[in-house]
Amino acid sequence: MSRDVAIVAFAQSDHRRHTDDLSEVEMVMPVLHEVQRQTGLKAADIGFTCSGSSDYLAGRAFSFTMALDGVGAWPPISESHVEADGAWALYEAWVKLLTGEADTALVYSYGKSSPGSVRDVLTRQLDPYYLAPLWPDSVALAALQAQALIDAGETDEPALAAIAARSREDARTNPHAQLPGARPQGGYAVQPLRTGDCPPVGDGVAAVILAAGDRARELCERPAWIRGMDHRIEAHSLGVRDLTDSPSTRLAAERAGAFERPVDTAELHAPFTSQEVVLRKALGLDDSVTVNPSGGALAANPVMAAGLIRLGEAAARIHRGESDRALAHATSGPCLQQNLVAVLEGETHAR
Amino acid sequence: MTAAAPPPGALQAPLVVEFPFTRSLGPVQSAFLTGLRERTVLGVRTEAGGVLVPPVEYDPVTAAELRELVEVAATGTVTTWAWNPEPRPGQPLATPFAWVLVRLDGADTALLHALDVPGPEAVRTGLRVRIRWAAERAGAITDIACFEPYESSPQDDTTPHDGRFEEPVTGIVAPARLDYTYSPGRAQTRYLHGLAERRTVGERCPSCAKVYVPPRGACPTCGVATTDQVEVGPRGTVTTFCIVNIKAKNLDIEVPYVYAHIALDGAGLALHGRIAGIPYDEVRMGLRVEPVWSEDGRYPDHYRPTGEPDADYDTYKELL
Repeated sequence: MSRDVAIVAFAQSDHRRHTDDLSEVEMVMPVLHEVQRQTGLKAADIGFTCSGSSDYLAGRAFSFTMALDGVGAWPPISESHVEADGAWALYEAWVKLLTGEADTALVYSYGKSSPGSVRDVLTRQLDPYYLAPLWPDSVALAALQAQALIDAGETDEPALAAIAARSREDARTNPHAQLPGARPQGGYAVQPLRTGDCPPVGDGVAAVILAAGDRARELCERPAWIRGMDHRIEAHSLGVRDLTDSPSTRLAAERAGAFERPVDTAELHAPFTSQEVVLRKALGLDDSVTVNPSGGALAANPVMAAGLIRLGEAAARIHRGESDRALAHATSGPCLQQNLVAVLEGETHAR
Repeated sequence: MTAAAPPPGALQAPLVVEFPFTRSLGPVQSAFLTGLRERTVLGVRTEAGGVLVPPVEYDPVTAAELRELVEVAATGTVTTWAWNPEPRPGQPLATPFAWVLVRLDGADTALLHALDVPGPEAVRTGLRVRIRWAAERAGAITDIACFEPYESSPQDDTTPHDGRFEEPVTGIVAPARLDYTYSPGRAQTRYLHGLAERRTVGERCPSCAKVYVPPRGACPTCGVATTDQVEVGPRGTVTTFCIVNIKAKNLDIEVPYVYAHIALDGAGLALHGRIAGIPYDEVRMGLRVEPVWSEDGRYPDHYRPTGEPDADYDTYKELL
């Protein structure tokens, strides 16, 4: 049995450096209410709920169970959680809908990085034997990748600065962005990456609603149909990988059908400027494709939500009729270790 | 009842999460880390014939079990680098250093570590380096203190090694500490401000009218923000209890004692607290209790009987 599944609603918070006044559930709830408002669905109408988050960010054990309070989970709902970016929660929900077990799904994710030091927190996801004892932070690992790209002649510092400036200029039209508007590149964070090459640290939330078949058409004027989606992972040892390429992204894109026809838009989850260089190469994107019109993760990077936001931003452009076929990408782990690619399409007759 | 206003100031407190993970090693990792203790660097040969350093138990390409160990050199070549101007806690060097991936002579893959050089101008891809061993070594990746520049000719010879050492390391303890600044959010801040005045303030769901104590900001049944503050108690009813016979570490309370669920008057659910001022074997469901505050306590130290008649079961059966 084959079913078509679409993203029919997307909402996100305003991403901020600090949200000291809000608990996680207080931060999440307004965004959940917004996607419910867009579709007219209530908690009891939704067939499956899946969320993505990490307890390490705010240092709160089982924080996702507290966030679930914002859903309205009683009487008991069908629910799941991934300790990963919400893009992977969306993948799980998509599979659930493909099986026919549900017709609608709520997917949300959030990250509250401000209580801790996210550069250090992310070291705890690394190989515990050979890497974690050295505390190599996320910027340092991205910088090793950037230098490898420069050595290979794939990019240089002015090209990286141009990616930073373009992303943040584009973010001027994104009311949720944390860093709207180009700004000076600043000094080196970890050379060759300057502050401007790095994503902002911030807190934020995203939510989408998925629906299958006719239900999607009822809930949304122009659904963003998921034509394919796949995720792939590379060896965990950095020294085994070619850091200048992303074969896992390329394979996921191929399996998602991205290369069957050109896309007009790509929302890439590249937290560092240098990673956009890798992804453009892996996906074969040329200048005809609009890349990260939202500003991407360089304009707002709530960890655990930034990947889901790429899927949501791509879908929202289809909803608005600004794109007919878009690619959305999410990443996880150091130096683009794991990658998810989805291809979204709008029906041409329904403008 | 008053409308819930934003708190006068967000409360904050330091929060330290510390966890020492004890991890066992596979045969390849054990040989590698024990080797570092003995200033010997081992790699493992893959099915395709390449040598992985640091070595892993399974082939990253074919997933085959790998066991063929070889010794490689302590000298190697930088394959990429990054200059770290401000070392962070736990990193290999306290002074500015370069992160490097180094392919040791004889290896086909690179190992991540620190390179001790005075500045970024002293690093380049292709730089020849060698291991600087830690003075005290225990069988861990930190037995390599760092790398240092060292001019030498690449030597790609490897020597077979049986991986056997006296007193092999079979596990590591990986301590981790993360520091946070905890902020409880609006609802819990309001609750804590109330407690500071020895008042217990719950919050009511605008949809189902249930009063949550302590409030967490949302009604988990309705999925909406709790909107109105409602002072509850101070008296309440024991809904259920248990008798604790095991003395908790760092807790200065004699056993046996009673720990109970207490529905404060006006609350829509029970909170928990210790019961004292009554023999432990006389505590019962329905017992009426009131809070006892210690001199500078931020929350009730315990609850004691009020002397009122016991509450009817029907008055608290929905709160069990």
